[in-house]
Amino acid sequence: MESTGLMHTLAFFLLSGITLAAAAGVVFKRNLVHSAFLLSVTFLGVAGLYMTLEAEFLAAVQALVYSGAVAVLVVIGVMLTHREDMSCSNPPNKMIVAGGLAALAIVGVLVWAVLGTAWNTGKGGIVDAGDIGRRFLTDFAPPFEAVALLLLAALIGAVVLFKGGKEQS
Amino acid sequence: MNLWADFSLHHAWLIPLLPALAFLVISFFFLKSPWLAARLAIAAMTASFALTLGMGWAVLSTGITVEAPFVMKTVWYSMPGLSVDMGVLVDPISATLLFVVTLITLMVLIYSVGYMAGDPGYCRFFAFISLFASSMLAMGLATNFLQMFIFWELVGLCSYLLIGFYFYKISAREAGKKAFMTTRIGDFGLLLGILLLQMMFGTLDFAALGLKVPAYVASHGTAALTGVAILIFMGPVAKSGQFPLHVWLPDAMEGPTPVSALIHAATMVVAGVYLIARSFGLFHVLPGAMTLIAWLGVFTALFAAFIALTQKEIKRILAFSTISQLGFMMLALGVGSLTASMFHLMTHAFFKALLFLGAGSILHAIHDQADIFKMGGLRKSMPATCIMMGIAVMAISGIPPFAGFFSKDEILVAAAHVSVPLYMLASLAAFLTAFYMARLFIVAFLGEPNPHNHPHESGLSMLFPMGVLAVLSVIGGWLPFSLGFGDWVRFGPAHHAGIDWAVAGASTVISLTGFALAWFIYGRGPRRSDALAAKSGLLYSLSFNKFFVDELYQWFNRNVIDGLGRLSFWIDLYVLGALVDGASRGTGAAGTELRHTQTGQMQQYAAVMLSATAILVLLLAVLTGSLVKGGQI
Amino acid sequence: MIGLSHYLLVGAALFALGLFGLLTKRNLIAVLMSIELMLNSVNINLVAFSRYTASDPVAGQVFSLFIIAVAAAEVAVGLALAYAIYRGRDTVSVDEMDWLKW
Repeated sequence: MESTGLMHTLAFFLLSGITLAAAAGVVFKRNLVHSAFLLSVTFLGVAGLYMTLEAEFLAAVQALVYSGAVAVLVVIGVMLTHREDMSCSNPPNKMIVAGGLAALAIVGVLVWAVLGTAWNTGKGGIVDAGDIGRRFLTDFAPPFEAVALLLLAALIGAVVLFKGGKEQS
Repeated sequence: MNLWADFSLHHAWLIPLLPALAFLVISFFFLKSPWLAARLAIAAMTASFALTLGMGWAVLSTGITVEAPFVMKTVWYSMPGLSVDMGVLVDPISATLLFVVTLITLMVLIYSVGYMAGDPGYCRFFAFISLFASSMLAMGLATNFLQMFIFWELVGLCSYLLIGFYFYKISAREAGKKAFMTTRIGDFGLLLGILLLQMMFGTLDFAALGLKVPAYVASHGTAALTGVAILIFMGPVAKSGQFPLHVWLPDAMEGPTPVSALIHAATMVVAGVYLIARSFGLFHVLPGAMTLIAWLGVFTALFAAFIALTQKEIKRILAFSTISQLGFMMLALGVGSLTASMFHLMTHAFFKALLFLGAGSILHAIHDQADIFKMGGLRKSMPATCIMMGIAVMAISGIPPFAGFFSKDEILVAAAHVSVPLYMLASLAAFLTAFYMARLFIVAFLGEPNPHNHPHESGLSMLFPMGVLAVLSVIGGWLPFSLGFGDWVRFGPAHHAGIDWAVAGASTVISLTGFALAWFIYGRGPRRSDALAAKSGLLYSLSFNKFFVDELYQWFNRNVIDGLGRLSFWIDLYVLGALVDGASRGTGAAGTELRHTQTGQMQQYAAVMLSATAILVLLLAVLTGSLVKGGQI
Repeated sequence: MIGLSHYLLVGAALFALGLFGLLTKRNLIAVLMSIELMLNSVNINLVAFSRYTASDPVAGQVFSLFIIAVAAAEVAVGLALAYAIYRGRDTVSVDEMDWLKW
């Protein structure tokens, strides 16, 4: 499908709206569980955005890993560390004003940088999943292996941390 | 020239070496055997004396003169810019000094066999005396200032050791320290002078300096060199007890009496006189320095004589007498007569040593009771001592034909030629000398005996040296005079003076007047002295308290020197300490305050990092001019 | 027309929201969630660049995949840590975790 046209525009605005609204919900809501679920929605929104960018494989991976695994992990974490009253389990701290200002400043700088730059959009293109796979096993093989090791280490580390130290034998 | 003279001349370095070896052997091997220690010391000294006599014979018979001395030296230390020799310099001046030192030391050693018998430090005594003699002899033979300075210091050390010989007495220890420290002040000036000489002339050799100095003075004038000479003179001021560094000599009487006889009468204290005599080539072209020496000498002579008038302890009287006579010797040098000075050095050694040995004899007899007013009538129980002390008193007062008459006459004549006021003051000092010596003799020996004392005459070992010195006190004046002392021991052309009858007559009359006055006050009849003392209150107090010089120095030390010390301590503690402590405390305080930024709050850290990044980005944007819209990427 | 800038703006907004959450949330899990938001925004940027301006588009997407993998690992370990802290100190409030204080 072509990426120009009304459909594309509509799709973009819809998906970005969902993403940003959900993200705002993650950040502003006081209920931790609500935040966790809205996080999942955000991830799906991002997956949709990848679709509009014609990066299907990446969209699939995003939905799978992020929405399917990371969000679930987060919910498990919420569950394990739950406090008595869930409705106010995610309050803001004292730095709202400063944090808000900082975020606005960042956004301002980024917007200004983005809008002020003449992007050279001549190149770029659509990527085939097979290409990704091939590149993974040839040019990017060392980082691929490294990430594999990283995942192994993270797995072991998480298990160890969950199990606890010397107190449990 | 006979064999012995020739040998002695060429082996003059043995003269100081033999007593040094005696010192070493006694110190290492004979400390427990008094008989051996004494014999070894006396044997070494006798050998040195014999060698000195041979050397003197060589000087006389081969015509060695002050201008053409006999020098044997070897390079001791040489580096670019500095070359120091060690050696022997034999000329009439050094021969005179060596003769005096070896003779007096030998007499004192023989005397000490009897005097120090039974003392637990007997062997140590003989060892130290030997070391002292060795140092003094080496100093007398020095060829350059540095060699002289080395042995000068060594002599000072021996003085310290011997003054503090009875180290278990606090007063002796303190006296030793006082002597060393006071002479140290002088040595400081001396060393500075020597360094300046080396810098100015590049050599410290006496002969070489004697050649270079006149040329220097002709081209540069005398100002700078006078300063150097005065610095060098500070050494003799301290060592030879001139005012104001005389304060150690009376306290030095804490040492055993043979020590006083040897060191503080006859030999060590004349080291200063000898130093100036040796470097006379430097001094005699500097009129400013010569004037200073002369006037300081005559002042010292008067000052000390005035104090001696009222002292009661016999050794104190003799100590101030020594200071006074040293003033005379300095006066002689200051008016340019090296002959008179050395002559008086020799005769003074004879009669002053005799006086001290006699005093020791008395003290030995009445168990160290030193107040002459508690003695009396000793002529009956100690006749030999009495006669010999009488001879010494006559000699020191300048009564002809005894020794002191000739030497003192030379000094007075020389002074009169230069400056009449100097002559007047010197004659006044001579009058006072006669007076107080007569006072001593009358009070101690004449009159009625003190029933508390049970004196006995001293033994032969003590009387024999006294006898030798007594004989020398009689003939030791006219004999050298008639044999032409002034032809040999001189600087510059010999002025063969006959006796100036006017001066000689005047001085004899003055001395006899002194005797008469003493007899009048202290002689038969009730003691008029106490009444006189009461009437002349202030003068008596000044004299008896030594013009409060010691008290002045103590005040100075306590308030000025210690005050400076306290000030420095305060500065160190509060100024420098504040700086250093302040720096450290400031750092600590800064750290204490800064650590409050480590709150442990992760989000705060994140915020700080964010702000820092934002600022950096802004800075970069501003500085690299990327603020311009439409930049290319 | 939707161009590169639109996607970049979305990414910027998402990043700002994640940053705000990082700085102002009290719950540790919420902070971790905010970090995930920020990583996602980075990914959006990368993919957008890969689609519109990259000379080697595959590399851009491969990079994004790496980021996804690393983010997943980080979430796992982070939540394990949060649980360990909760177990040891009975709190997940970041305000109370100031044990590295002076």
